[in-house]
Amino acid sequence: MGEFSIQELTSILAMQGFAGISLFSVLLLMALGLAIIFGQMGVINMAHGEFMAMGAYTTYLLSVVTQTYFPEFMNYYFLVAIVASFLVAGLFGYITEFVLIRHLYKRPLDTLLATWGLSLIMQQSFRSIFGAREVSPTLPDWLMGSWMPTDTIFIPINGMFVLGLTIVVTLGVYILMFRSTWGLNVRATTQNRVMSGAVGINTKQVDRLTFALGCGIAGIAGAAFTTIASTGPTSGSLYIVDTFMVVVFGGAASLFGTIASAFTIAQAQSILEFFISGSMAKVFTLLALVIILMMRPEGLFSIKVRK
Amino acid sequence: MSYFSRRKFLGKTGALLSAMVAAGFITSSAMAADYPTAEVNTTGMAVTDDTVTVGILHSLTGTMAISETGAQEAEKLAIKQINESGGILGRQIEIIQEDGASDWPTFAEKSRKLLVNDNVAAVFGCWTSASRKAALPVFEKENGLLYYPTFYEGLEQSKNVIYTGQEATQQILAGLDWVAKEKGAKTFYLIGSDYIWPRTSMKIARIHIEKVLGGKVVGEEYKPLGDTQFGSVINKIRLRKPDVIFAAVVGGSNVAWFKQLNAAGITSKNQTLLTLSVTEDEVLGIGGENLEGFYSVMKYFQSQDNPNNVAFVKAFKEMHGEDSVIGDVTQAAYLGPWLWKAAVEKAGSFDVDKVVAASEEDDIELTTAPEGYVKLHPNHHLWSKTRIGQWNKDGQATVVYESDLIEPNPFPEGYQ
Repeated sequence: MGEFSIQELTSILAMQGFAGISLFSVLLLMALGLAIIFGQMGVINMAHGEFMAMGAYTTYLLSVVTQTYFPEFMNYYFLVAIVASFLVAGLFGYITEFVLIRHLYKRPLDTLLATWGLSLIMQQSFRSIFGAREVSPTLPDWLMGSWMPTDTIFIPINGMFVLGLTIVVTLGVYILMFRSTWGLNVRATTQNRVMSGAVGINTKQVDRLTFALGCGIAGIAGAAFTTIASTGPTSGSLYIVDTFMVVVFGGAASLFGTIASAFTIAQAQSILEFFISGSMAKVFTLLALVIILMMRPEGLFSIKVRK
Repeated sequence: MSYFSRRKFLGKTGALLSAMVAAGFITSSAMAADYPTAEVNTTGMAVTDDTVTVGILHSLTGTMAISETGAQEAEKLAIKQINESGGILGRQIEIIQEDGASDWPTFAEKSRKLLVNDNVAAVFGCWTSASRKAALPVFEKENGLLYYPTFYEGLEQSKNVIYTGQEATQQILAGLDWVAKEKGAKTFYLIGSDYIWPRTSMKIARIHIEKVLGGKVVGEEYKPLGDTQFGSVINKIRLRKPDVIFAAVVGGSNVAWFKQLNAAGITSKNQTLLTLSVTEDEVLGIGGENLEGFYSVMKYFQSQDNPNNVAFVKAFKEMHGEDSVIGDVTQAAYLGPWLWKAAVEKAGSFDVDKVVAASEEDDIELTTAPEGYVKLHPNHHLWSKTRIGQWNKDGQATVVYESDLIEPNPFPEGYQ
């Protein structure tokens, strides 16, 4: 590759590095909500992707409403949309837990089936309400384009935005789970439900809020992804496999494991993709995952819990 | 689900029509009485003295509903217009619609239902190659007739299928020739989604670029369907510096691909991009601002300025809403019922064997096609012109090039 200058190669290296970090932030944001629900409660939520789609549609709705009624606020609506997506998806998660999930805690495999059914119902509802075509919210101008530290380096602004959001959400989850009384209750419930009940923790309330929190974070992820791709009724199902992959690989009950796992998978995928074709990169990433999981079935990091 | 029920027709236009017949306004050529049911239908299809039943088979639910909605809307418009002008052989067309649900075995099952239980005279439907391949054995076994609207990879020719979209060589070769000539392109980067249509198309493209145009393919890349991360690929493209990016990315990936290209600073100002997979339908999702200045190669663009198309766009919007857009496949789907009508009237029969025989005589043409003029080739594909459209911010394309009529060649020698 003699025809490239050092500067060009450095630029591409920098941009490639960012591509990997960007994929990492996407995977982590997707997986955080699921890590809370699956990791803390042991509920396999197959409708996780649909909660993301719900956040994305909330963002889309707000974009349409803002554009129609308050065009002067177009630059700010997106921040409101993130909060709204969290609230809408979280509220729906809260109701779902009350109506469906709480009856199935003793039958983990049935939650798989029930939440899968829920995902189909949600997909068809999206289709009936928003139509089968994919939609994209109109993004504020400051989210478009790229930041150019030099003439040859382009760092997409939407990628940086997702990265920033992921950091904020991850920190928020960390503080909530490990630095607050409520988090202490959640962890206590995970470790020993009966004992926690006996010392006065309202375990049912803890379950409901944990589930709602997980769904709400999925909603945030959905809102963030509208900056990257469009949203259709079945968009959620595209993300669910990657999401489970990250959570299972990281070790189900560990927040740090989820972060490490998202980082490993994202870097492997994006570096491989640079050298071989996209489909083959995915094949090799998955192969490596399978082998590692065969050797460490509990995932990269796992917390020892007395059962 | 019958969209235009017989009752509705009788209520609205039947009385008027019979009055016109009585007054001798309509010539006898279209009267059912001249074509006794026993003669025009010797194979037990759903044809009565005043109706003929056809099937529409597209995905109304699932992933593909996004793309197939326009096609079935266009087919209904064509059938409505045919009915309003007196029907076929004096018979009104009734529709039975089935949902393929984006699931290929369902397409086969519903095809069997339409052909065996409903005995429909023709089916307008399928979109993806996978759905067509699934339904094909059923149509061949039950001797049905399918009008298939999508531009596709070629390498197929069935007695029981009429292909109203372009096969790969019609679309690809004309597009590559144009970009090589007009833009002086020498190096090409090929990128597509990972399934049969992009892979076959890129195979043809590579052979044409290397053997005919004397150019060079500097990269060939396939991404899994639904993938939304193009960062690494875009960096690879930057490294290889191709004159042209030749793209066939589909579905949700398409949106991510163009958004990320734009964010990475690759726009029409510094890069020529020609795509096989963007029609007006896709632009809705991608956003015109992400595509501005890039090129699509298709046989039809909504902005085409001819009397046929102006009337078609107007009628389509009246029926399906002012906001609806019309892409290449939608227009091709619209041709299906008209081509069938022409063949049936020529054969004087609804029997599939006779309709197919009439279709193969090399003289069925549509001068009223929105895309202009098309003619049915004995190999069941259409002679058509290929056009290059340059996208504008408003989601419409400006046609910058129009080829001559191109002969369909589903089995191109030297390209396999």
